[in-house]
Amino acid sequence: MQQLFFLLEQVVNGLVLGGYYLLIALGLSLIFSVGGVVNLAHGAFYALGAYVSVEIARHLGFGAGAVLSPVAVALLGILFERFILRRFYTADPILSLLVTFGLALVAEQAIRMVWGAAPLPASMPDSFKGNVVLGDFLFSRYRLFLLAVVAAVLAGIWTLLHKTSFGRVVRAGIQRPDMVAALGIRLQPYMTTIVMLGVGMAALGGALFAPIAMVHPAMGAEIITVAFVVVVIGGLGSFWGVVLAAMLVGVVRGITIHFVPAAGEASMYVLMFLVLMFRPRGLLGERIEKFE
Amino acid sequence: MTNRRQVLKAGAAVGISALGFPGIVRAQSNAIKIGHLTPLTGFLGALGEYAVMGIKMATEEINAAGGVMGRKLDVMSEDSVNPATASTKAQRMLEQDKVEFLMGEINSASAQTIMQVAARNKKLFLQIGARSDVLRGKNCNKYTFHVDIPVTVMVNAAGQALLRDGLIKGKRIFCLTSDYLFGHDLSKAAKAFMTANGGTVIGDELTATDTTDFSPFLLKIRQAKPDLVATNLGGNQVTNFVKQYSEFGLPYPVAGFNLNTADAWAAGEGNLAGIWPTVWHHELDTPGSKAFVAEFRKRYGKPPENHAWIEYVSLKIMAQAMNATKSTDTDKLIAYFESQAEFDLLKARKGYFRAWDHQLIQEAFPFTVKPKGQAKDKWDFLAFGAAVPAASQALEIINPAKDQNACSM
Repeated sequence: MQQLFFLLEQVVNGLVLGGYYLLIALGLSLIFSVGGVVNLAHGAFYALGAYVSVEIARHLGFGAGAVLSPVAVALLGILFERFILRRFYTADPILSLLVTFGLALVAEQAIRMVWGAAPLPASMPDSFKGNVVLGDFLFSRYRLFLLAVVAAVLAGIWTLLHKTSFGRVVRAGIQRPDMVAALGIRLQPYMTTIVMLGVGMAALGGALFAPIAMVHPAMGAEIITVAFVVVVIGGLGSFWGVVLAAMLVGVVRGITIHFVPAAGEASMYVLMFLVLMFRPRGLLGERIEKFE
Repeated sequence: MTNRRQVLKAGAAVGISALGFPGIVRAQSNAIKIGHLTPLTGFLGALGEYAVMGIKMATEEINAAGGVMGRKLDVMSEDSVNPATASTKAQRMLEQDKVEFLMGEINSASAQTIMQVAARNKKLFLQIGARSDVLRGKNCNKYTFHVDIPVTVMVNAAGQALLRDGLIKGKRIFCLTSDYLFGHDLSKAAKAFMTANGGTVIGDELTATDTTDFSPFLLKIRQAKPDLVATNLGGNQVTNFVKQYSEFGLPYPVAGFNLNTADAWAAGEGNLAGIWPTVWHHELDTPGSKAFVAEFRKRYGKPPENHAWIEYVSLKIMAQAMNATKSTDTDKLIAYFESQAEFDLLKARKGYFRAWDHQLIQEAFPFTVKPKGQAKDKWDFLAFGAAVPAASQALEIINPAKDQNACSM
């Protein structure tokens, strides 16, 4: 009975962690779905988000860092889309993989040159520290706050995609870019916005994770693998697929650590392998003509 | 178009200048070439950056004072990346770059492969920063000397402080261990110490080296309700664990048998707690350390981390050996080290290499964390304890004895 409770606690904790994975993976998925580009530089924006937030927090406090840093990085995302990504939507996918991978390396080295290889210290305000016990479950107070932010962002993105004319064009663009063009709508400004939002979410993830994990130059490379696995498991073009996959990865990791702690970090790859065996398109992946 | 042309011109200019003045790049043909490998990327990269700063400063000081035997030192530092790359690079440095000997390393697994290269080529390897016991025990070899303290010494240094605070005897202890050579070794030494002193290990969980989120482990710690949480983690893991332990606000006292000052600084004020060991610290009150810290601060604008110190004294150790033997010959250097010659380590007591396992015998220190609000700046929240062993005791007593750590060369 107690074992079951312990396991359940891991499941709930995994869901919370999944929310954080989601912040990074959702943008990666959106950029891929609309532009057909696997943005391997996505992790670099996550790292930048963390570094810029720490830098701002040093002068203006934690709150300002968490808000201003994603905004600043999102603006950088506009430049990224306008001058780099835009050239590769219709090109051979290998080219966009190479250019974004190269960019990730450049960004990591740039961070090392500006801030040094030594990690930056970052703390949260004391009021966020400590735990909350709900029922018998233990939660970190800070992570509950993180979860609330993720939920709000998720609701915002969902509304944007499903309840606005902007979202209608984007969703149509995922399935039938040629038809959208035939109707006289230019997809490019939409793509700019999608990249800006995606990159901003990654930066928000970095800013929010800075107080609880190490802020170091290679943090982007660490997160991009997880985010990519989540996108692949969830399936392309599916909003809820990514949500489901992020939660699943978090939960499976928690359960694995409960039974075989050493295999914790390997669990998501096993999960990806199993999902791809039975559903090559991912859990909720849609059939997208341009990728077939 | 003019823009593109300018870029081309600039590129060509850079190319020509590199071709035109090769003398600048490869000067000093009679310099003593030294191969230096240390991780500059990956989970130990932050420590490697300090390592390079330290050895660079020592090189410049030695060269400014006229070098060694009238020859300048030419240290080539490279990223050792991982065990396989480390051994490839070590072989290349000996074969193609014709270095006289090898130095460096922090990662125990990489140090292991470089040790094999050194033995195969019959060249000296001064293994500076890796702490696994097996390197100087089961897997020791004649060509390798070890500067940093082995894990047994770290366990003893922090362990003495834990005993004093009554956290071991009759207590239930939960361990968290990094899943690689170093972590396993540390866990073995820690468990031996705790069992020998009346503690009970109620759990020891392995975590992958790339673990960033420790929350599932924190839940398991809470489920186990231990009297002490003891960590045998390495590199980034330590910082991540410490930050998240503070985030979750668990009530159990925490201790660890491995923490580098850089990991502590990276955790940020208010996140670190507990008792930890170290090999050297920047507040050490000796004239040598004070001068070193002042000069380092002047150069780099921040205090030196223990890896900067150890690389600095390591090059000085090599310089002393070369000056004393008037040679770079491997056998002569080995004989000099084995003669138990003493070296100034900027600590109160001098150190020497033990002949049977090639381990540098020196003092170690436990440290805790200053109460909140007492830190003068962001580097100053660690409270260092007195040197272990005490001045009246033999230096060797905190090191593994011959029967505990068999080394046969």
